[in-house]
Amino acid sequence: MEYFLQQLVNGITLGSIYGLIAIGYTMVYGIIGMINFAHGDIFMIGAFIAIISFLIFGLTSIALPFILLFVLLISMLFTACYGWTVEKLAYKPLRGSFRLAPLISALGMSIVLQNFVQVAQGARTKAIHPIITGKFEFFKESDFVVIVSHLQIFMVLLTIALMAGFTFLITKTDLGRAQRACEQDKTMASLLGINVDRTISVTFIIGSSLASVAGMMFVLYYGVIDFYIGFLAGIKAFTAAVLGGIGSLPGAMLGGLIIGLIEVMWSGYISSEYKDVAAFSVLIVTLIFFPTGLLGKPEIEKV
Amino acid sequence: MLKNLKKSISLIAAFLMIGTMSVKAEVVVASAGPMTGDLAVFGEQLKYGAEMWEKDVNAKGGINGEKVKLVIGDDACDPKQAVAIANKLVGMGAVYVAGHFCSSSSIPASAVYSEAGIIQVTPASTNPNYTDKAKSDHIFRVCGRDDQQGEVAGKFIADNYKGKKVAVIHDKTAYGKGLADETRKNMKKNGLKAALYEAYTAGEKDYSALVSKLKSKKIDVLYIGGYHAEAGLMARQMKDQSMNVQIISGDALVTQEYWNITGDAGEGTLMTFGPDPRGKASARAVVKRFEDAGLNPEGYVLYSYAALQVFEQAATKAKSTKPNDVKKAMRSTEFDTVIGKINFNKKGDVIATSKDPLYIFYKFSKGSYAPL
Repeated sequence: MEYFLQQLVNGITLGSIYGLIAIGYTMVYGIIGMINFAHGDIFMIGAFIAIISFLIFGLTSIALPFILLFVLLISMLFTACYGWTVEKLAYKPLRGSFRLAPLISALGMSIVLQNFVQVAQGARTKAIHPIITGKFEFFKESDFVVIVSHLQIFMVLLTIALMAGFTFLITKTDLGRAQRACEQDKTMASLLGINVDRTISVTFIIGSSLASVAGMMFVLYYGVIDFYIGFLAGIKAFTAAVLGGIGSLPGAMLGGLIIGLIEVMWSGYISSEYKDVAAFSVLIVTLIFFPTGLLGKPEIEKV
Repeated sequence: MLKNLKKSISLIAAFLMIGTMSVKAEVVVASAGPMTGDLAVFGEQLKYGAEMWEKDVNAKGGINGEKVKLVIGDDACDPKQAVAIANKLVGMGAVYVAGHFCSSSSIPASAVYSEAGIIQVTPASTNPNYTDKAKSDHIFRVCGRDDQQGEVAGKFIADNYKGKKVAVIHDKTAYGKGLADETRKNMKKNGLKAALYEAYTAGEKDYSALVSKLKSKKIDVLYIGGYHAEAGLMARQMKDQSMNVQIISGDALVTQEYWNITGDAGEGTLMTFGPDPRGKASARAVVKRFEDAGLNPEGYVLYSYAALQVFEQAATKAKSTKPNDVKKAMRSTEFDTVIGKINFNKKGDVIATSKDPLYIFYKFSKGSYAPL
């Protein structure tokens, strides 16, 4: 029982990271109907900026909560610039083009970003020592002490808060209304006075800042990054977004949790060798019965 | 217009061919390994050793009067890229390759070198299949083998942790799995059965599920057949879950990078590696040159240097740099290298001598490692 709880905690934490990245995927898809494959690498850039800022602030004598705040702001700012530039360079020129063009361009952008970081930062693994180390211990009298770190709790709460915040943004605010209008019909939206270019740019900026939050959490939790993390995390997060129903924010969160839990439970009770096989099998079976994902809106056939 | 274009292209091609022919007055040797990717730190070790050797040998006037040109190949520890880079090195006219690092790269690359008839000497790949299943007699290594390494590790674990629970895990690579299997076999031979045997995926960052599993099985000792990045993450995540497990691993942990990842969580980690060549009398002069250049010749740096010294001495003895002549000299000569005297057996492995064991234990403590 204690063992199950510990694995549950592990799974939920891993799932929150996937969910956090998946929210970015799903948001961009929801607005411009395009899978932004470079999103995983934007996340990686966010993680690198976070680790560099941690190292710089580590030299100063500022109190820890302020360091965290500064690092978060810096990393969001720079990563948003990257996201904005990527959109301007790789997607905007292709907006009127056929559907596959921006997809290919996104894959190319992902390789460009990966190689850029590899050249600029070196291929070595970067590591920082644990910054937040507090933890709660449960079932101390039993022979398996369940450990939940402060960071794990914080991460889950943050993911839920961000999901709720962005759901509110999209469904209730003017910006959200503009975003949804762009999703449905760009030409009509611009006729009605919506600045389509600006809306899409803002979406990319928001999506990238979200990725940088995930990047910073990744640095805090694992402490070890390399230029390749974006690819692996991106694939898993993309899977989570598809499983939950791409375009749906709660779906991204749900998908992330399911993928994380399957991976962890499979490694915990069966074997860590085939956990990816298990996760992707569940994805396939789900898509057979729910082609648009668990919480996705069914596609309306236009006649 | 098109005709003119064709003409000029063929003219350029002809010039290029003359160009490549005119630089043939030097002998091309290669060093190959993961210069990029998460094992780049080991590729760097091979590169530093090879570059220092190139400088030294050319300062002495080259081999048989010919200057040496070193080319570096990057396989990123990826078997597919290893084959591609091997073909490229063959195409560049290399006669001798000191590489690769990962066994999973060295083995597929060795097929390319065998076919091209050039010599491959790995400074670091320890999987037995590399020489056991070699496709030609051009394949050598100057380091130990995993069955030797596993024997030392397995016996050590069985002797020192009798009655304790030992888990053996590996990363599914040729190196990691080969080493873990040999260690497990030798533990069993010495009377200790592994309590858990499992594989993990290299390159991931989250091993918390595996760590919790080890915790629930009350594992005391964890033997990892794998590389430093994953082992380091496991050490960290075990500390996060308040576990106190003795980590034991192989030669892929012999890098300061491991401590950079683990911090204090790496305290006490044990690993097997050859007796540190930096301390040997044969290496003193070269080690000093490395230190003057601001480099630490740790891990496989001197092995890479030694692999190329073998070529230098064999080619000098054979009075030729043709692979077939060098190969013959390699089988019949004792080489005097920075890592000590080397004799090759029929397979191409180093013959171990009793006064010079191939593997001993090292321990990480307070940020650095030292022989146990």
